[in-house]
Amino acid sequence: MTSAPPDHPGDRTPASTTPPGQPSTSLRGTGRLGDVLFRLASSGSGVLLLVIMAAIAGFLLYRSGMALSQDKTNFLTTFEWDPDNIVKPSFGIAVLAFGTIVSAAIAMAIAVPIAIGIALFISHYAPRRIAQPFAYLVDLLAAVPSIVYGLWGALYLVPHMAGLNDWLDHYLGWTYVFKVSQHGAPARNLFTVGILLAIMVLPIITAVSREVFRQVPRMHEEAALALGATRWEMVRTAVLPFGRPGIISASMLGLGRALGETIAVATVLSANSKLSLHLLDAGGGTFAQNIALKFGEAGKPGMNALMASGLVLFVITLLVNGGARLIIARRKEYSGANA
Amino acid sequence: MAKRIDVSGLSAFYGGTKAIEDISMTIEPRSVTAFIGPSGCGKSTFLRTLNRMHEVIPGARVEGKVLLDDENLYGPGVDPVAVRRTVGMVFQRPNPFPTMSIYDNVAAGLKLAGVKKKSVLDGIVEQSLKGANLWKEVHNRLNKPGAGLSGGQQQRLCIARAIAVQPEVLLMDEPCSALDPISTLAIEDLIGELKSRFTIVIVTHNMQQAARVSDRTAFFNLAGVGQPGKLIELDDTQRIFSNPSVQATEDYISGRFG
Amino acid sequence: MSTTTTVSDRTPAPQLSGRLTAAKLPRWAPAGVAVLSIAVGCVIGAGAGLASHIQWGLISALLFVVLSFGLSAKVEGVRQAKDRLATSLIWVAFILAVVPLVSLVVYTVQQGAGVVDGNFLNHSMRGVLQSGPGGGIYHALLGTLQQVGLATAIAAPIGLLTAVYLVEYGRGRLAKTVTFFVDVMTGVPSIVAGLFVLSVWILGLGFTYSGFAGSLALAILMMPVVVRSTEEMLRLVPNELREASYALGVPKWKTILRVVIPTAIGGITTGVMLAVARITGETAPVMMLVFVSDSINPDPFNGPQMNLPVYIWQQYSQVNNSFGYARAWGAALVLIAFVMALNLVARGIARWRSPKAGN
Repeated sequence: MTSAPPDHPGDRTPASTTPPGQPSTSLRGTGRLGDVLFRLASSGSGVLLLVIMAAIAGFLLYRSGMALSQDKTNFLTTFEWDPDNIVKPSFGIAVLAFGTIVSAAIAMAIAVPIAIGIALFISHYAPRRIAQPFAYLVDLLAAVPSIVYGLWGALYLVPHMAGLNDWLDHYLGWTYVFKVSQHGAPARNLFTVGILLAIMVLPIITAVSREVFRQVPRMHEEAALALGATRWEMVRTAVLPFGRPGIISASMLGLGRALGETIAVATVLSANSKLSLHLLDAGGGTFAQNIALKFGEAGKPGMNALMASGLVLFVITLLVNGGARLIIARRKEYSGANA
Repeated sequence: MAKRIDVSGLSAFYGGTKAIEDISMTIEPRSVTAFIGPSGCGKSTFLRTLNRMHEVIPGARVEGKVLLDDENLYGPGVDPVAVRRTVGMVFQRPNPFPTMSIYDNVAAGLKLAGVKKKSVLDGIVEQSLKGANLWKEVHNRLNKPGAGLSGGQQQRLCIARAIAVQPEVLLMDEPCSALDPISTLAIEDLIGELKSRFTIVIVTHNMQQAARVSDRTAFFNLAGVGQPGKLIELDDTQRIFSNPSVQATEDYISGRFG
Repeated sequence: MSTTTTVSDRTPAPQLSGRLTAAKLPRWAPAGVAVLSIAVGCVIGAGAGLASHIQWGLISALLFVVLSFGLSAKVEGVRQAKDRLATSLIWVAFILAVVPLVSLVVYTVQQGAGVVDGNFLNHSMRGVLQSGPGGGIYHALLGTLQQVGLATAIAAPIGLLTAVYLVEYGRGRLAKTVTFFVDVMTGVPSIVAGLFVLSVWILGLGFTYSGFAGSLALAILMMPVVVRSTEEMLRLVPNELREASYALGVPKWKTILRVVIPTAIGGITTGVMLAVARITGETAPVMMLVFVSDSINPDPFNGPQMNLPVYIWQQYSQVNNSFGYARAWGAALVLIAFVMALNLVARGIARWRSPKAGN
């Protein structure tokens, strides 16, 4: 998001660039050692971060390698998760990948448009007296811990989803996706998880897009208005195009959270190893939720298998973040920085 | 095209503060009227009341009448959106839409108004860019971003964008203050050409500019420290600069204050 | 547009109406439509016997959007109607978002308020039947404070120094790499950080489950957040300040310590506190690393500890145990209050000490 101004102010300073030359000792002297130490400490911290990242990737790879060599089935297509079976250890990520992607997709489909709406509401539509406190409230809600969302989701949202589930089943059951086969069971399904994730990522997407919308230069908005644009047309011609990279990076941030969310999913979802397109039936699982649920009873091979699934999750979130970065970089020529 | 503007008893406010007070004047069609005066005297504010851009700022409001050929811009049922299409505006700093190409910038207003036919758009874009003396410079890169042009070109692009919707009046808020002398000259020449088709009102800080481009000049001043701005006098530019009827105008023009 | 001659004569002016007035809905129209929609929505809801009030609301919202669009299109024209449509959709988005978020907070307060009292705050679960009443969160509270404290002690200096490196020293490939991986690290799912520490610290090096193991994972999650916010703050410090200091002959490291960081300290503190608030709510990695304990363990380096989020999870996990649920809500309320307080204080500091000469 920070488009990293390549301007490192400190570097233009005499201390770092001009060697003091030959002159008398009074010009070299004090602070040299301090400078070196401080520089080492700070760059050392930077390197340490890199080492940690490398170690995370390395260890996950190493453990995953061990796990995969023991897997008697196809890691990508197997449904069940039974790595500690002595006779035939078998585990695969098909169900987990499906659940992770579907729940995150539902979350994004709901959260992104609503978040853009709220961000616009705060930045351009609401009376200022409402906008300010509301923005503050959204920021605070971004800080609510996920376990609380999970608790609320399981004990409040799930019972309240029953009506909606019946309704969807009744009117949209023919789509297969919204068919309910176990009537009366609590709605501990991927659809509810998706909605809960949407609520969870809403504040963060809103907060970031709102900041971007606020930064739209007034003169672009006035240019649109002066051409005879209605408020919505002004938003469409001046605000949204300017804010698009910001919206994308905000959404990717939200997507990363949704993909990696653990405990809220674990509290709401009633997991099993069935892959079903009936989103309203309980079952399925996600990477993170599976790890949280299985690590306690996992033996050594089980732990390695979980690491392997963690690696997949890690790679997916890496790709999502990298993708966001690329999109933003490509859009930079339009950033309006020179206008 | 080109309509007469009749302002009577106009005051504008930002929240509780009155920015300009009781202004009445007539702006002739097919001519250039320049607004001059010290900083903060409300000339830009007044300009923005002429196309209802003033009220875009939260808490801002306007009292009084602005007649555009006998139709009150602030009358009941008047749609500010329609007003702004009839009275175009060019801003202090060039502000082409950064995400749009040169072509799309010029076509933006027409597209908003629902003109969709490519051939019509093509024609008007070309005509407007020619009208803004920009066609020769950009005709082979119409699909490049408008933000890639130089400052002076960007400002002419903004003028092209404003005249593309064929307004009656063109308001210019210090259009050259962010430009170098050569670009300024280009814009001033352009203003001279455009006045055959539009009623032009220009706010300027630069008195030589007012003397060069305008037919009539209005001098604004503050009624006092912390007081709202007022119209001091409006007359033919020549008279204002040679023989103004009010002492304050003469003081300002001869550089005794401001 | 290849030919250039006399375009102006050929191109017909498009039909832009010259009229300034336009038919307009009265000012009270949106409110009227809203009232009407809600009324009709309730009638339909009650008539069709829809149990959930959410559905009543949805029907009303839908009616409102459609009615105002239709009415406006009829009276004011399509452009105005689209404008109104956008406005009403944005209001609907606002309401859609407010309902669950407010419900979450209100419900937590409702459920938790009756549970939290002195006894709850200063007792552990030692000797308390999970299926029975009583018990408290003291051990979890203590654990959380220790683990978060340790994590902050590790992550804050490293993050701060890294940010100093990026802003004051960094250039070239190393700085670019660090910047990139800080971004990547921000996106590391917390459970992956937990797995990593588990595999290195406990499975690899053979240490036991402990509060400190949890702190390690939390520190990994905290570092990139601290780097990002600190970096932003340091960049806000105007260069003139640095140059003024150099001109006095102050060496670079002292300039950074005495001038740059003190100028930005408000923002840096805010960033660190927000990061603390964020890791305080982390459940998954801590759950894997501190294990679970019902007793007070004041030593974060030795043996299993407890932690507030993990406590909530533990209490929730005993399915259909109303006493467990009650304790979970109580702990959730305490957790929310703690995190919110951190946030409020952090934002207060930011407002109080924001670098005013930022540009």
